[in-house]
Amino acid sequence: MTVANWFEQFHDATGWHFVFIYNQSLGDQLISGMLMTIKLASYCLFFSAIIGVIGAWLQSSPLKSVQILVQSYVHFFRSTPPVVQLLFFYFGLGVYTPTYDVGGWPQPIIGNVGWAVISISLFAGAFNIEILRAGIEAVPIGTREAAQSLGYSRWQIYRQIVLPLAFRNSLPALTNNIINLVKMTTEAYVIAVHEVLYYSAQIWSDYNNVTEMMFVLFIFFISLVSIVAWFMNFLERHLRPKGYGALS
Amino acid sequence: MTNPHRLVGALMNSVRRRIRSLGGGHGDAATENRPGTGDFAVLGPLRFVKGGHFLLVLAFFFAAIGASNAQTDPHSDNGVLATLVRWSPLILKGFSVNLMMSISAMTIGTVAGVCLGLAQISLFKPAHLFAYAVTQIFRNSPWLVMLFFISLAVPFQIKIGGSVYIVPDWLKATLGFSLPVMANISEVVRGAIASIPSAQWEAASSLAFTRSQCLRMIILPQCIKRMIPPWMNWYAILTLATPLCYIMGVEEAVNYTNQAITAEGGRPELLAPFYLFVLVLFFLYIYPISRLATWLETKYAVHA
Repeated sequence: MTVANWFEQFHDATGWHFVFIYNQSLGDQLISGMLMTIKLASYCLFFSAIIGVIGAWLQSSPLKSVQILVQSYVHFFRSTPPVVQLLFFYFGLGVYTPTYDVGGWPQPIIGNVGWAVISISLFAGAFNIEILRAGIEAVPIGTREAAQSLGYSRWQIYRQIVLPLAFRNSLPALTNNIINLVKMTTEAYVIAVHEVLYYSAQIWSDYNNVTEMMFVLFIFFISLVSIVAWFMNFLERHLRPKGYGALS
Repeated sequence: MTNPHRLVGALMNSVRRRIRSLGGGHGDAATENRPGTGDFAVLGPLRFVKGGHFLLVLAFFFAAIGASNAQTDPHSDNGVLATLVRWSPLILKGFSVNLMMSISAMTIGTVAGVCLGLAQISLFKPAHLFAYAVTQIFRNSPWLVMLFFISLAVPFQIKIGGSVYIVPDWLKATLGFSLPVMANISEVVRGAIASIPSAQWEAASSLAFTRSQCLRMIILPQCIKRMIPPWMNWYAILTLATPLCYIMGVEEAVNYTNQAITAEGGRPELLAPFYLFVLVLFFLYIYPISRLATWLETKYAVHA
């Protein structure tokens, strides 16, 4: 309570309006927005990782048509604006989504959060495929041949030999992509997903405190990104394969 | 010994470490030339399937637009294709605004980013710390947040002398876009300078070059070549971000598309083909740029 009082006095004295600290309901909204951002980022991270692994596997297929298909997917999503992709998915494809009945009211089976997850995952997944492909190419041919001579099948080689090494090779680039993904979740604002920017925008339009809310947003995203980067660094240090990289 | 970075925040150091060893995707590719920091990890021989996917993506676009056209009466004036053709000049006009904004934001961002990047390697501690903090803040914040920040922080009109000038929305948006570009170009410059072997600095100083002479005459000329591919990638990323400013009411491609759909009575069958048309426009413009960047990247790659 004292903190809230202090910020209220701070507002009276300086005009800095951190309204969400002493207004319980606004504070709750902001927190729920932050949780939504984290939730959205986690879902997209999960699905984009799956897309990346499967796509990179398909790209190593001996069938040329499969390779072209995967390349088309990657280049489509990499060379078009993510925000228009979101609009296309939510408004364009949303029209064709089957609906179910909620008390006489049709409700699409995929809502705005669902489309945001799909769209952002497909976008980040396209980058993951490219990143993993580069990581796979860095795995020495000899390693693969050794596994082959031990009787591993193509999928076994990919899952047990190539992917673990490729994953380690790609970690720095993957981290970059995850950071991008976290930042991209704000774009779900355009289809009114209730994430942190949505609530912040509501608060600053009601209380005219843009600078204060921006301060909160900057701090929130920089901490989120730092946590991701710290965790990925930790992973990278602990997974580093023996016998690679510069001597330190 | 006190490390000034610790003052800015130990956590941020981990973010900073990232950028030295990026690669694979868009951006910061200059850093991957840095010897010894994981250059084995990225971009092996690029075995692209040539051309096929480009045609396939285009075929998909036109098939999808054609399919939605077939659902309506294809020969009437209200068919999807006829409507799209009717509105395409407006959308193209909007697209040219996107391009103009991307070029201006890139120019501002590059000039400011190069200054900031050079300040980052400055030996003058306050300049270094300031540049470092600014770079980290703007690199790690979402584009949309910065766009809102500039749109709302810059007054809608300014007084110079006696006359009042109205600041147009597109100018504010351009400024908003140039901030993240500035921060990322700053990192590209810093990464490129870091990718030059330190022995060159030592050799230059043993030949009595001053620090600024060495930077200007020996280091930077080599950096330019390495900075071009990531610079182009950032241009692509920036251009793909410009449609965001439709939220601010800037009259560009997506805004005009929405207006066109509204003017046609918001018919739901128009939504998908109209947005697809915008996607095609960006694809046709960005795809060659990103391919050129990838090609230059492999061409200029330094193999340790």
